[in-house]
Amino acid sequence: MQYRRPSPRMWLARQTVLGLTSLLLLAILGVSGALLWGGPGGLGGIGASLALAVTSWLVERGRYRSWGYLERDEDLVVKRGLLFRRLTVVPFGRMQFVDVTAGPVDRLYDLATVQLHTAAAATDARIPGLRSADAAQLRDRLATLGEARASGL
Amino acid sequence: MPPGSSQALALAGTWCRLHPLSPVVRIGVTLGAALVAGVSWVSGDHSSSGRTVDTLVVAVLAVIGVAAAVVSWLVTRWRVVGDELQIDTGLVYRQSLRFPLRRVQAVDVVAPLTARILGLAEVRVISAGTGHRQHGRLAYLSNQDAAAVRAQLLALAHGLAAETPEPPAHPLFRVDNGRLIAASLLRGTWLLVLVVVAVGAILAAVDPAGGGGTVRQGGAEAATSLISAVVTGLVALGLDAARSVNGDFDFTIGQASDGLRLHRGLLQKRHETIPYGRIQAVRLIQPLLWRPFGWARVELDVARQPEARHQGEARQLAHLLAPVATLDQARWLVAQVAPGAPATLARAGAPPRRAWYRAPLSYHYLSAWHDDRWLVTQTGRVRPATVIVPLEKVQSIRLSSGPLLRALHLANLRIDTAGRRWVAAALCRDADEATALVHQLGDLAWRARRLSW
Repeated sequence: MQYRRPSPRMWLARQTVLGLTSLLLLAILGVSGALLWGGPGGLGGIGASLALAVTSWLVERGRYRSWGYLERDEDLVVKRGLLFRRLTVVPFGRMQFVDVTAGPVDRLYDLATVQLHTAAAATDARIPGLRSADAAQLRDRLATLGEARASGL
Repeated sequence: MPPGSSQALALAGTWCRLHPLSPVVRIGVTLGAALVAGVSWVSGDHSSSGRTVDTLVVAVLAVIGVAAAVVSWLVTRWRVVGDELQIDTGLVYRQSLRFPLRRVQAVDVVAPLTARILGLAEVRVISAGTGHRQHGRLAYLSNQDAAAVRAQLLALAHGLAAETPEPPAHPLFRVDNGRLIAASLLRGTWLLVLVVVAVGAILAAVDPAGGGGTVRQGGAEAATSLISAVVTGLVALGLDAARSVNGDFDFTIGQASDGLRLHRGLLQKRHETIPYGRIQAVRLIQPLLWRPFGWARVELDVARQPEARHQGEARQLAHLLAPVATLDQARWLVAQVAPGAPATLARAGAPPRRAWYRAPLSYHYLSAWHDDRWLVTQTGRVRPATVIVPLEKVQSIRLSSGPLLRALHLANLRIDTAGRRWVAAALCRDADEATALVHQLGDLAWRARRLSW
């Protein structure tokens, strides 16, 4: 009963996004601070953006670490969330379809997100940060399991 | 071709059109509206040349409307092949709809006023699905045809021979019309009106004491706007009540071997059939103003796509087990569709006392219960609602907790069903209990599914 975790590349991808936004924020806050209040203002802006970057880095790390999924005999368990923790159980027999998506940054790191859909709109089971090959494999496995255990509405 | 034989042919697999009077019903409403608009335009103060132009515009619009309805009737064909309902429609965008009858969730027969005058009715086949596909609509057939088509579609849905006659239904429950009217008038919106009146009265009472003439004048203005607001509110309330009375008048439930039969409606008649085993969830609601009278509303849900865009339509579409009933009747009804599940929960299923800090208002109503077939949860404060879910229909189970809940060592448990997004929520449970329950419910749901096959 060991939860499997997303690929460590997901953490790299998240850090990339975080780094880029932090640099942008740094530039904006630094320049605007310097223009408004001169040298100390610029330093203050840089300090503030650095503090923000460190906090978001810590939060992102916690979030990344919180992801986990577990394939059991009859269902899939997904857990996530740092402050608001969520755990979702989806029986294989209830899966309507599985889709795999990958955004631009994800593709850069060869990552993909697997999402499960049931007949209930509220079901929220997705597993991000899987290597594309793993994601495709998981998708096929889930589809097979779902087909074998499918039960009518 | 007489309609009677055309229906028999369609059921035997030959493409057929709908009833020839269908376009009349289709355009009846729009044409009426156009005529009213036209008359008001024409009778308005216009120069004679403007009047002819207006008349022309109305005439052209009317002709276009009639032509569209007739063409739509001409290009629509339907038939039943094997256990599939097929509908082809559309002139410019051809649409070929196929409804596997094995997957039918419910079959409704709806007769709006115009259709009733002409002795016609619409058959609506409701199937599950997450896409934006439409329901199968056969609008319109003659009354006998509609009944025959419904019987055959249901027989096929149950995997029986198409010729199986419709099993007889014996009446189960009938809603008292007087109570329905009273209950429709007892809406929470009244409280809002009362608040507005109270605020206005206070303002008016305070104002004269203030003294000055100009201020008094301001008070009078406020009073007039207040009165108009109240009147608007009352009219809206009245219309709302009239709509729900019209929709649910003469509400009766019958029990047949192929499912529950619901009949309701004053001007527009609806006959709904819900096959057994298609019920995804049952909900019992006790609105605030009904509680002194001990009334409740019982709804049930089948797997249907969320198609209703506005509230009024959504209420029309929700399958009701009883628009209003006494608590005893409601409990009895729930026992009929969910034998073994309690309709109201005892305090034994309440979350731990410390949950009060998280939900001080609704703590009183929070409760959860389950056995190996049903899960029952109770939530809400102003409108306490009990949701009853058959475990074999569970789609997914979610456990969540925020910082406050975690500090109290509590967690929320939500059970999703395939319906109109009713979620059975067991809120503020002990965290250890909830974690154990997630796995236990998962196993129980799996076992229940296995048994139901």
